[in-house]
Amino acid sequence: MEQASAAHAPGELILRLRGVGKKFGAVTALEDIDLDVHAGEVVALVGDNGAGKSTLVKVLAGVHQPTSGTIEVQGKAVTLDTPGKALELGIATVFQDLALCENLDVVANLFLGHEISPWRMDEVQMEVRAWTLLQELAARIPSVREPIASLSGGQRQTVAIARSLLLEPQIIMLDEPTAALGVAQTAEVLNLIERVRARGHGVILISHNMEDVRAVADRIVVLRLGKNNGVYTAETSHQELVAAITGANENAVSRRAARKLEEVDQG
Amino acid sequence: MAQDMQTKATGARLDQGDSRVRHDTGLSGALRGFVDRVSSGDLGMLPVVVGLVLISVVFSLLNPVFLAPANLVNVLFDAAAVGFIALGVVCVLLLGEIDLSIGSMSGLSSAIIGVLWINTGLPLAVAIAGSLAMGALVGVVYGVLRNKFEMPSFVATLSGLLALLGLQLYILGPTGSINLPFSSPLVRFGQILIMPAWLSYLVAILPGVLIVIGAVRTNAQRTAANLSSPGISIAIAKAAVLTLGLVFAVYYLELSRGVPWMFGVFVMFVVLLDYALVRTQWGRSMFAVGGNAEAARRSGINVQRIRMSAFMVCSTFAALGGVFAAARLASASQQAGSGDVNLNAIAAAVIGGTSLFGGRGSAWSALLGVLVIMAISNGLTLLNLSSSLRYMITGGVLAVAVIVDSLARRSRASHGRA
Repeated sequence: MEQASAAHAPGELILRLRGVGKKFGAVTALEDIDLDVHAGEVVALVGDNGAGKSTLVKVLAGVHQPTSGTIEVQGKAVTLDTPGKALELGIATVFQDLALCENLDVVANLFLGHEISPWRMDEVQMEVRAWTLLQELAARIPSVREPIASLSGGQRQTVAIARSLLLEPQIIMLDEPTAALGVAQTAEVLNLIERVRARGHGVILISHNMEDVRAVADRIVVLRLGKNNGVYTAETSHQELVAAITGANENAVSRRAARKLEEVDQG
Repeated sequence: MAQDMQTKATGARLDQGDSRVRHDTGLSGALRGFVDRVSSGDLGMLPVVVGLVLISVVFSLLNPVFLAPANLVNVLFDAAAVGFIALGVVCVLLLGEIDLSIGSMSGLSSAIIGVLWINTGLPLAVAIAGSLAMGALVGVVYGVLRNKFEMPSFVATLSGLLALLGLQLYILGPTGSINLPFSSPLVRFGQILIMPAWLSYLVAILPGVLIVIGAVRTNAQRTAANLSSPGISIAIAKAAVLTLGLVFAVYYLELSRGVPWMFGVFVMFVVLLDYALVRTQWGRSMFAVGGNAEAARRSGINVQRIRMSAFMVCSTFAALGGVFAAARLASASQQAGSGDVNLNAIAAAVIGGTSLFGGRGSAWSALLGVLVIMAISNGLTLLNLSSSLRYMITGGVLAVAVIVDSLARRSRASHGRA
C-alpha cells in the first residue's frame, strides 16, 4: 500500500495520457485525449455537460477501460482494469457522492477497509494517524470520535479527501468537490486542495464552477464533445474559457451578458 | 483527578486542539455526556434497564414468587437457548437484513440432534457438529439468494421458515417426537448443571477487573501517543457498580441453585461476538455495510462476503440455540422452534438496542434483551395466563420496542447522530 509514495520532486511528470479514446457502441465519448499531470500541480478538467469529463474520470479510476490510446504512470504504460488496480498505482478518486458511513466515526471511516491490525484493531495508532493527517491538511474537524452524521458538508468532504490521501496516492481526482457546499465551506475545500498540492500530490479537479477552477488550478484542460479543446491557465479571461467550453464566441453565456449590458444601457 | 491536572499542565493534546468541542473529563463529564446522548436519542442500554425494573416491580407485586432466587435460576436456564438465537439475529440486523427462519432452524437443529444421536446412534459430538453444519449451510443458501439473486432477505428467510419446518417434520417422521435420555450429559447440561460457586463469583468479579486494567492500559497508550485520556476514575466507578451488581446477583442466585452452566456458556459467546464486532476488521466491516453498503464497497470491503458471513453466523447460532433448547426440554419434537421462538429472539435483539435499520447494535443487546423477554414470558406463566394472552402481550412488547427504536432513530437524525 505504501509503495506509491507522494514524495516526488515538484514538476515530475506522473500521469500521461496520449490519444485516449472511449466508445460506447456507436457513441464516441472520448476521442484522442491527451493529458499530463505533474507532481504538485492542480489540473482542472472543465467542459460542458456531455463533454466527457465523467467518462475520463471513470477511465482513470479503473471503472471503464479505454478503447484506444495509452496511459502512462511515471513513464510506464499501464492498464487500469479495476478500481483496485488504479488505487494500487496511486490514483485515488473522491466521487461526488462521498460514500462515507454515517454511523461510523471519522477514524473508522478514514481507515475503512485498511484497518491497522485486523484481528485486534489498534484504535490508538489509528487515531494518532488520523489526527496527524488532518492537522497536516489543517482540517477543521472538531473530534474524530464523532459519527460522520454530526459533521457539516465541508467537513465530510474533508474526511473524504483525507481518506483518499491515507494510502498516499500520487494523484487524487476530485469530482465536483464544491458542488454542494456553501461559500465558507467551498473556501475551506479550496484551501485543502492547495495543501494537497503542497504535499506533492498531483490533483485533477473536475468542476463546473469557473471561479473555483481559476482560484486553484495551475492549468485548465478544456474538453468539448469528447475532445481536447485547449489548455489554459488561471490568467485566461472568463470569456475565453467559456468560448472554449461552449465552442463558440457566440454562445448562450455571451448573449446573456450582452443582453444584460443592453438593459443597463437602456435603464 | 490528578490525571486531569496533568493533562491541563502538558498543554493541548493532539485531539483537543479545537476549542469548539467540549471535552468531558472525569465523572461529572461522563454523566453529562450520558445525559446528552440519551436526550439526543442515543438510548443505549437504558430501555433495557427501565424495562427490567418495570417488569420486576409489576410481576413481583402480582406474584412474589417471580423474584425468588429459584425462579430467577429457571429464567436463566430458559434464556440461554433463545439468547443464542438472538445473538445470531444481532448479526443480520446489523446489516439491515433479517432472518425470519431462525425458529425453524433451531427446531430443525434439535430434530437433527434427536435423529443422529438417538435414532442413528452416532456420538453426541457428531450430532451437534451435524446440526451446526446444517446451520452454516442454510446461511450460505440465504447469502447466495441475497447476493446472486438480490432476493430480499425478508422473503428468502420467510420461504426458509416453511422449508426448514418441513424438513424438521420430515426427518422426525411419523412419531414426531424423540425423547433424549435424562442421564445424558446434554440433558444434564440443559437442566441440572450449575457452575461451582467459586467460579461464579470469580466470573462476576472478572469484568470489573478487566475494565480497570483495560482503562489503565488505554490511558497509558493514549498518553504516550499524545492523545487525551479519559482518566481512570470513570472506569473505576463503572467497574465498582458492575462488580457490586454482579456479585450481588451471583449471591442471590446461590441462595437457590446458582448460575447455570448453560447461561455461563451463552455469556461467553456474547463476549466472543462482542470482541469480534468491536475489535476486528470483520466487525468494523459489518457496521460499515449496515451503515452504507455502497461506501463500504468503494472502500474495498467485499460486501457480498460480509453478508454471507452474517447469514452464516446467524443460522449457526440458531442451530446452536436449537441444541440448547433440545437439552433444556430433553426432547426433539415437532413443536421445537415453533410458536413464539422467532418473535422472542428478534424482539430480544431489538429490545436490547440493536436497530432494525442496520448499522447500530451490539452483542450485549442479545443478552440484555433476552433477559427482558424471558422475564416477561416467565412472569406471565407464573400468572397462569394462557398462551393466547402471552402471545398477544409479547407481540405488543415487540411493537413497543420497534417504536422506541424508530423514535430514537428519528431523534438521532435530528441531533446529527447516525
